[in-house]
Amino acid sequence: MLYALLCYHREDVVGCWSKAEEDAVMARLAVVHETLARQGRLGPVARLLPTTAATTLRKDSDPPMVLDGPFAETKEQLLGFYLVECASLDEAIEAARDLARANPGGAYEIRPVERFRPDSRPGAAAGEEPA
Amino acid sequence: MSEAAGLDAAWIDAALAAARPRAVAALLRHFRNLDIAEEAVQEACLRALANWPKNGPPRDPAAWLVFVGRNVAIDHTRRQKRLAPLPPEEVLSDLDDAETDIAGKLDDADYRDDILRLLFVCCHPELPATQQIALALRIVSGLSVQQIARAFLVGEAAMEQRITRAKARIARADVPFEAPGPVERAERLAAVAAMVYLVFNEGYSVNRDTADARSRLADEAIRLGRLLLRLYPAEPEIMGLLALMLLGHARSPARFDGDGAIVLLEAQDRRLWNGAMIAEGLALIDKAMRHRRPGPYQVQAAISALHARATRPEDTDWAEIDLLYTALERMAPSPVVTLNRAVAVARLRGAAAALAMIEPLADRLDRYFHFHGLRGALLSELGRPAEAAEAFCRAIALANTPAEAQHIRAHLDRLQAAAGTDGGPGLAAGDLSD
Repeated sequence: MLYALLCYHREDVVGCWSKAEEDAVMARLAVVHETLARQGRLGPVARLLPTTAATTLRKDSDPPMVLDGPFAETKEQLLGFYLVECASLDEAIEAARDLARANPGGAYEIRPVERFRPDSRPGAAAGEEPA
Repeated sequence: MSEAAGLDAAWIDAALAAARPRAVAALLRHFRNLDIAEEAVQEACLRALANWPKNGPPRDPAAWLVFVGRNVAIDHTRRQKRLAPLPPEEVLSDLDDAETDIAGKLDDADYRDDILRLLFVCCHPELPATQQIALALRIVSGLSVQQIARAFLVGEAAMEQRITRAKARIARADVPFEAPGPVERAERLAAVAAMVYLVFNEGYSVNRDTADARSRLADEAIRLGRLLLRLYPAEPEIMGLLALMLLGHARSPARFDGDGAIVLLEAQDRRLWNGAMIAEGLALIDKAMRHRRPGPYQVQAAISALHARATRPEDTDWAEIDLLYTALERMAPSPVVTLNRAVAVARLRGAAAALAMIEPLADRLDRYFHFHGLRGALLSELGRPAEAAEAFCRAIALANTPAEAQHIRAHLDRLQAAAGTDGGPGLAAGDLSD
């Protein structure tokens, strides 16, 4: 079974980390990443850019509405996510609109990825469908 | 990482720094006095340092600071009036209810206006730019007087005096406490954005020795930019401002060589640029452009983005940079903008065209280091070494730092070395922003 571990934290606090603090946290995390990767269990890992870089497609209206900023409601729950390669924000919004037509209601928060570590499970080479 | 007791100091520092603007802003609204608000937060922070490791972190650090800070200030006033003090917060069994109550009152609309007011107070038009910056760093960011003094390269006593004077001036001025209307809010936002950009530019060091202390200012400016954008998520100029700062700051690790000499944009090792900051800056410009409401920050950020997108200097899209500077000249006409455009023109249409463009600026930019630096470079490229040397000498005399003077002196040396041989030195000035 694949489990997604979703990372929550106060971004204003993380934004106040000193460089030394940031580096220390990253070094501690890298140790855990390596252990999981060696065991062949670590899937793709992403660090997202701050929510100030986010755009949200609200698909509970027709046509869906594009809003600046992160998804801010608490009524809905996080049910899944996609990683899509896009040349621009417009392309990302287009992809989200296509998905929205297939599945209206709720919202997509569109957030650029700052750092990405590809799937390191055996047999999960690029392009392959994960088990 | 540290939910239980034994919070580490770094976590508390970061949490206090993050909560500070909101706490000072709320207490300023409550007490309508900057000194009281600032001292109350200061005292509340000290109590947090003692209290949080024992009792665990509060759910909402800003609300905690506001609650404790308010009690501290009221207590202080009462003591001055010889009235019975309020119970200290250690005696209160559970702060949670009170905190939640305060947090409820710190709703988003109030909070937005509170923070904007606090920042706006710091950029009072009567205050000179340096005082605005010092005040914002002291009060909003919570930097110590010593840290600010170091960044400004002045003594601590002088900085203390500067901040005290700025505060006295504000105390005399009328601070608007009513919630602003839409027009006034937009005006305040523009003033605050300009002040944040001043802080950033102050952090832009032209000298490696001070780069670390100054870099702190650039970090603070970026943090303030993020704060503004969280409050006003749909303002394209705030997106542009933040992008501009991120893209500029991303290049700072490459701006000096091992000897402390300036490395121009063209010669920088682009692998040293901060990829995460560039990614964030580019994403923000993308967001801003969708609004189709261009402004000076967005245009400058877009220019910076064209440099950031070029993997090699020769990949730089100078034609687009020329167009963007032309747009900027229309929005915010200034001889410095024209001078910057001339750098792009030199790449596109040659040194003669660029020189013809900047000659008419001579009167207005006669005291401007970069004008003479670029002029010297263009003249030497055109094979007019005597005039070039004269321009370089003028630039050296106007240099703002030893590193700037050294940079031009190197061109002068090359010019003289090349006097016997054929072929002059290359263009001396890259993009003037670096």
